Amino acid sequence: MNGLLKIQNVSKTFGGFTALSGVSLEIAQGERFGLIGPNGSGKTTLINCVSGTLRNEAGSIEFDGEDVTRLPAYQRTRRGIARSFQIPRPFHSMTVAENLAVPLEYVVHKGSLHMADTRAEALELLRQMKLAEKADTPSRNLSQVELRKLELARAMAARPRLLISDEAMAGLSGSEVEEVLEILFELNRRGITIIMIEHIMQAVMRFSQRVVCLDAGRIICEGAPADIVQNPEVQRAYLGA
Amino acid sequence: MSRMKFWIGSAVALILGVGLPFAPINEYVFYAGYMVLTFVVMATAWNILGGYAGYVNFGPPAFFGIGSYAAVVLFKSLNAPLAVQIAGAALMGGLLGLGVGLLTLRLRGIFFAIATVAIVFIMETLMVNWRYVGGATGLQLLRPPVELYASYTRMLFAVMAAMSVAAVALARYIQTSWLGRGLRALRDSEEAAESAGVPTLKLKLFACAVSGALMGAAGAPMPMYLSFIEPPSTFDLNYTVGSLGGAIIGGVGHWAGPIVGAILLGTLQQVVTVTISSEMNVLVVGVLLVVFVVAAPEGVLGLFKKAFKK
Repeated sequence: MNGLLKIQNVSKTFGGFTALSGVSLEIAQGERFGLIGPNGSGKTTLINCVSGTLRNEAGSIEFDGEDVTRLPAYQRTRRGIARSFQIPRPFHSMTVAENLAVPLEYVVHKGSLHMADTRAEALELLRQMKLAEKADTPSRNLSQVELRKLELARAMAARPRLLISDEAMAGLSGSEVEEVLEILFELNRRGITIIMIEHIMQAVMRFSQRVVCLDAGRIICEGAPADIVQNPEVQRAYLGA
Repeated sequence: MSRMKFWIGSAVALILGVGLPFAPINEYVFYAGYMVLTFVVMATAWNILGGYAGYVNFGPPAFFGIGSYAAVVLFKSLNAPLAVQIAGAALMGGLLGLGVGLLTLRLRGIFFAIATVAIVFIMETLMVNWRYVGGATGLQLLRPPVELYASYTRMLFAVMAAMSVAAVALARYIQTSWLGRGLRALRDSEEAAESAGVPTLKLKLFACAVSGALMGAAGAPMPMYLSFIEPPSTFDLNYTVGSLGGAIIGGVGHWAGPIVGAILLGTLQQVVTVTISSEMNVLVVGVLLVVFVVAAPEGVLGLFKKAFKK
């Protein structure tokens, strides 16, 4: 396996609560990877550790051969790890296009361009996300599905090699789920490795080539989607069988 | 506002500020005007950290005060000219800002605000116990002879006018550059900003240092303005009210807000001082702050925007 991301024995505690306990996994370049598990199983904690939002107390995280364990989040973004947030966090004082200008300025051009010069690139990304007509709308005025698309567009503006989609479909209708799913497929076709965290099982199963199920901070099962749903431990811990 | 219009406006303001003291106008105008301009610099400096980055700083007197005392030390020890005093004060204010930023790395919201209040008391206590600068009793200062202008107060007015123009130009540059966008992102969501590639810690330290440097510079001419320095009035929390009030009343987050707010508030305070009493100042600021926070949280600029949209 050509491992783009290697997570080795990662542990994280919050006071007396163990959120992650010795989690190890490897994700290949170009892979569509699903991460499932019940609420509180450690999915978001794990991706927070990968993206640098949280520091893991033990274990290491390697990205493209480089140990990024001690790097701050912005440095990881600059190396190619981008994420969306479970609860959308738009820059609400900015328009949609301006939201994208932040990573364009700080990651792609690193302060070398004037603000206005990022607009063309932002518009192109918004077109890809079918959000171009909202470019000049204040982000606080967006609908739920538009906010989800904005989260993905902003992550994509950082030109990532690994995109972590944290429940990008939560709260969306069936057709909206399809819309977001199609966007993720398209991004993957362009060579972007994607980690999908999702509770909508049909979406995870359709999208992922490989799925890992977490429970109480540990990996309880790993495999192809069809095998995962048949696994008794996954059924007990997550699927409610 | 286009870049050209801004620079033309700045040049006009600078010429007016430096040229007006030559006019045969009552001395009190410059005495009061100096204080108004001081608050323009203070509110502009406050806005860089509080308005752009969203870190509410209740400690302007600490930065202002360290600037005043730095100027006094430079004057007393080296007989340094005012320009050197201002540069030294800006350096000390910037260093204090950097220190405050480093000490409060993980603090946000009310916790950051409270920490900045503590800095005021720490700085005041230090100065109270430093005999070289007069300690608790203060220090009388003899103004050096003034050149060019008819009085020292007129000269200080011109200096503060130039500092106001410089502070506003710096604040505008920050706001309209990628730095400003990063600070806004940090204010809206620190985690999202960091994930979008913004070095939030560095930007916060930058904002703390620049804001502190401007406040320190604003404090430098004050000892010569009063011919005296003492800790209680130098570290007076009214500087917090004036800085924060000017920015909030004018409109936070935009470079023009603090100018409008500080001129409005400062002028009103001076009028109240002359016509009613100096104690009424605080009441006036308090009432105005409550009115604006409740009825017009986006300040005078916000009201203008709404009016023009209609």
